[in-house]
Amino acid sequence: MGGKCMEEKRIVLYINQFFGQIGGEEMAHIEPQSHDKPIGPGVGLSNLLPKNCTIVGTIICGDSYFNENLEEASATVGKMIKDFNPDLVIAGPAFNAGRYGMACGTVGKIAHDMGIPAVSGMYEENPGVEGYRQYLYIVETTNSAAGMRTALPAIAKLAGKIVNGEPMGTPAEEGYMSRGIRKNVFVEKRGSERAVDMLLKKLAGEEFETEYPIPVFDRVEPAAAITDLSNVTVALVTSGGIVPKGNPDRIEASSASHYGKYSIEGLDSLSSEGFQTAHGGYDPVYANDRPDRVVPVDAMRALEKEGKIGKLFPYFYTTVGNGTSVANAVSFATEIAKELVNEGVQAVILTST
Amino acid sequence: MVKEIERAGIAVVHVCTVTPISLTVGANRIVPAVAIPHPLGNPKLSEKEEFSLRRKLVEKALNAFGTPVSDQTVFED
Repeated sequence: MGGKCMEEKRIVLYINQFFGQIGGEEMAHIEPQSHDKPIGPGVGLSNLLPKNCTIVGTIICGDSYFNENLEEASATVGKMIKDFNPDLVIAGPAFNAGRYGMACGTVGKIAHDMGIPAVSGMYEENPGVEGYRQYLYIVETTNSAAGMRTALPAIAKLAGKIVNGEPMGTPAEEGYMSRGIRKNVFVEKRGSERAVDMLLKKLAGEEFETEYPIPVFDRVEPAAAITDLSNVTVALVTSGGIVPKGNPDRIEASSASHYGKYSIEGLDSLSSEGFQTAHGGYDPVYANDRPDRVVPVDAMRALEKEGKIGKLFPYFYTTVGNGTSVANAVSFATEIAKELVNEGVQAVILTST
Repeated sequence: MVKEIERAGIAVVHVCTVTPISLTVGANRIVPAVAIPHPLGNPKLSEKEEFSLRRKLVEKALNAFGTPVSDQTVFED
């Protein structure tokens, strides 16, 4: 008998209420709970991880609870991770789910701060990527859980490599999204030669790969302050998916392909008979019961009557922000903004769930 | 969407619960909301109290319009 026996490695999995098989949006408020076994994707992962890796525990937390109680949730989950004493943490995969991605990213940071490596899986547009990429390895996934069968093997492979101290290639080679960490390597050609090679290719219109993509900082200059709103028309826009009852324009519950523009002329509030939410990414009961909770027409109307604002724009614009692509969001908002500018609207309150 | 509307020259206040997301996507004036399923409401309160809460939040947003900001700003309590 030869060969070195590989050390047993302990892995903890963090998942949300849905993948933890507790429930959907109606259970997104549950507090963190800890289990001594793999659950949900943990079962699949167990079969894919190297033999010396065991998922010793699963931590489940509601997506809304985590995001609404960042401090408490982080402290509780942090303690639960510590109690398992893992060699690595896997969070998600979250695909394009925004709250879940933020939670997984935060869990990655918690692990990082404890000196424990973490791996997750997200779609590139998930806000969790931008927010937390430097703290954990985020495998790039498709934008929905339909991609689970490719995400899990990729996560398991990466996790196995990290926990067993195997040499790692570039992000592209290993399938994770770059973390902005610079690693010095030796190459044959000196920098000046490589730069000239790239330039020659560029001039010839050939493809080349940059060694350092210039980061794109897309920030917009804040609008100047408007101290006196008594002469200003203010409009309401929402990504919370409030639509007329019946959703006449069929705005999708997720990955919206269009937006709606609906009249609030003469309305003092949004009634539950007249309006509802189309958004599939949060528990709809409160918004359906009282749509003003997402698009505050009642409060705005009261303030308009008191002269605190000049006028409430007689339409509100709505779409569903659940997994909707950045490209679509940009295109909707560009059109909406054009109309608003033409109508003399100077201020917008945009509400999101 | 917040950025695109502001890019067109309209002042925007983003009322949302998960403020880290709002910061990541680049909103400049952010007012933290109550909760994900009811950003401008609280079903535990009476109708009157809830309206009062909603009104206060909207007033906070209006005050945010009146506040000059040079960088992303979250208008906490």
